[in-house]
Amino acid sequence: MKPLSVIVTSVCDVFAWFMIVFGVYVINNGHNTPGGGFQGGAIVATFLSFLLVAYGGRRFLSWVREGLYGFLEFVGLMAFFIFGCVGFPNSFFYNSLAIPEGGAPLSNWIPWSGTISLMNIAVGCEVVGALSLVIVYMYSSIRLVDTGAGMGGERGHDRFDR
Amino acid sequence: MTDSIVKTLDSVGNAPYFVVALLVLMALTAILTQKNLIKICIAVAILGSSVNLFLVLLGYRDGGSIPIYYLKGAEKGMVLPTPQCLTLTAIVIALATTALMLSLIILIHKHYGTLNIDEIRRLRG
Amino acid sequence: MKLHEHLPAFLVMVPLLGAFLTPLVASFGRVVRNVFFVFFSLLTLVIAVSIGMSVFGGQILVYVMGGENFALTLPSGMTYPVRILFEIDAFGALLILCIALAAFAGSVFSINYMDRFSGWKRFLSLYFLMTAGALGMCATGDLFNFFVFVEVSSIASFGLIAFWRDKPETIEASYKYMLVSQVAALLLLIAIGTLYGRYNALNMSALAAMARTGTLDRVVLALIISILAFKCGAFPMHAWMPDAYAETPSGVTCLLVTVSQASFYGLIRVCYSIFPGVAREGTVGWILIVLGCMSMFFGVMMAVVQHEIKRLMGYHSISQVGYMLLAMGVGLLALDGRGNAAAYGLTAMKGGLFHVMNYSIYKALLFLCAGSLYYATGTRDLDKMGGLARNMPWTTGMFVVAAAAISGLPPFNGFVSKLLIYESSFVVHPLLPAIAMITSVLTLASFVKVFQSAFLGPAKTKFIAVREVPAGMLTGMMVLTVVTLLLSLFPGWFMNNVFTKAAEALVDHEGYIRAVMGGGM
Repeated sequence: MKPLSVIVTSVCDVFAWFMIVFGVYVINNGHNTPGGGFQGGAIVATFLSFLLVAYGGRRFLSWVREGLYGFLEFVGLMAFFIFGCVGFPNSFFYNSLAIPEGGAPLSNWIPWSGTISLMNIAVGCEVVGALSLVIVYMYSSIRLVDTGAGMGGERGHDRFDR
Repeated sequence: MTDSIVKTLDSVGNAPYFVVALLVLMALTAILTQKNLIKICIAVAILGSSVNLFLVLLGYRDGGSIPIYYLKGAEKGMVLPTPQCLTLTAIVIALATTALMLSLIILIHKHYGTLNIDEIRRLRG
Repeated sequence: MKLHEHLPAFLVMVPLLGAFLTPLVASFGRVVRNVFFVFFSLLTLVIAVSIGMSVFGGQILVYVMGGENFALTLPSGMTYPVRILFEIDAFGALLILCIALAAFAGSVFSINYMDRFSGWKRFLSLYFLMTAGALGMCATGDLFNFFVFVEVSSIASFGLIAFWRDKPETIEASYKYMLVSQVAALLLLIAIGTLYGRYNALNMSALAAMARTGTLDRVVLALIISILAFKCGAFPMHAWMPDAYAETPSGVTCLLVTVSQASFYGLIRVCYSIFPGVAREGTVGWILIVLGCMSMFFGVMMAVVQHEIKRLMGYHSISQVGYMLLAMGVGLLALDGRGNAAAYGLTAMKGGLFHVMNYSIYKALLFLCAGSLYYATGTRDLDKMGGLARNMPWTTGMFVVAAAAISGLPPFNGFVSKLLIYESSFVVHPLLPAIAMITSVLTLASFVKVFQSAFLGPAKTKFIAVREVPAGMLTGMMVLTVVTLLLSLFPGWFMNNVFTKAAEALVDHEGYIRAVMGGGM
């Protein structure tokens, strides 16, 4: 994919960041407005596709860090699992951090919707990582010029027939 | 504004369900008749969207309010949030399958050099 | 916190945790990864067995996700359950046991089998996800949740079928399966949505309590039956099955077999527990019987002519699914009959459920044997093999056990379940046991062919250097062989303590409703 004109890249420089901000907003308000982890995460992940379209494949691939996205995915999934386990003496996924009606918050750091918003953030991390990886992998597999690390010479992924 | 929307929806009656049926039939026809893998993939996506539309329609109730406790306003009843949850889950699943299907199409094109299903036939018998 | 109360949650949590932890663990090297793989599969098996022990004692386990209390099915004055809940009765526990056993055996087998390939991180994640999806399908008490677990296991299986992505055939098989499976899953969602629109509930017990016998219910039932019959590979919709089974790595094929069993679970659950009123009228029973007979006969006819070992076994899977459909259809027809018919119906169901377990175990074992042959010789073509009994004595022995069991030779478990089906399907129509017996004979014929051409005959120079497969693969096969032999040696014990309980749980749909709804509705 070739880079687009300077108009597109300038617009991308300015506006791509708003996608992240808006996506984070959607993630954080998932418990009381339509939205949540998946929707916000998908919005944040469009940041990468914007970069890809505006700046072209070569620079795009020099920016992305697959390890980072894998790490985000792992952290999000584990956090989701742990927040599910928080409810355990009662049941799996029980919202034990939520403030009961007329009660006082346990601490300022715990949001009043309890584990729901924490889980939204966890799912948001996971989706950002996963969808970014999907974009990176799908782009790097459709490049028309193969760099040699293609199908046949794939390391260790050999066929059975001798 | 809200009232006029409600009135419009009342007057259309069952029309949205016919739209759903039409979309489903369109998608199934395309899946059965098209030869191009990408077009088949699009047809599956249309089928998914029509199912989502169906689920959203099921959740509509006359005079119902959004199912958030402090945002529902003066309305008496809230709609059940279940169909909306179903739709969100179905959208997530549809996204995953579409991405996977497109990836498989990329691999098929690498191996066979074509997207025509008549030429992709190594498994038979 | 009492651990045993939370067993249904652990059943899905443990494989999910395995899938989530994989990216971390896979970076620590081979030994840690292998221990992790086997340990989590074993843990799943232990949980499944302990669930089985409490459920076969006569109790129905109910678990509410996210409730103040795990047993609070109707919170604060609700008349029907709003939360997602798990409901495991004896029938579900039987399927859960089969899936966990096959997953464990497949994981032990895969350690050596997949060792020479890269991509372990993905393989482990997908394997655990598929296990979690299949277990969830059999544990859930909520129709939409059932759809979600169907999709979890299906998406994982698409990835695993296409795991050797440098071979065109695997991609083709995966795409084929994915296309039909996606269309079926979306139609299933339409059926579930229609049920929601009619009854305002998605919980299986609540639906069962409210279910009427109107036209819409019949349409929905027809849709669900055709979709799930497709997912478990019944005859007119079987085309994906041999392709997918043949191209998957063998350790995964043995799990795929049980995933299709989980779809069978859904089919039977919908017929027996949710819509018994419509299903027991007669038409549904006949539909299942006709589907079953066609699958049995045409599956085995197509299997006899195959030359590729895993495709042959894939076609056999179709014919084995036919036996179960036949037995369950006979059960539906005969249960409300006059005189002795009800007793015959119950016998047919017992035989069918015994066959579910048998099929999962020996079919998984057969696929593992085929995988061993492939691993040792590098070919799946039966015409190119020969004389391998000298080189691979253990594999030969275990293959003989499995082949004898699937052909229904007398000392083995396949004989017991098939005999029960023969003698009870007679009550519906005398032609049914005849078809079943012909199928059994043809099964024996095709496995004699496999045995003869792969293991017997003169030693081929090409295969002089072939050795017995590594210990891990043998252990995986040995687990399934031991279970087959146990089922063969003590059929009476298993019949009294497992299959009778499962059949009675299916018949007693009032009990299934009561476990969730209490005395309400």
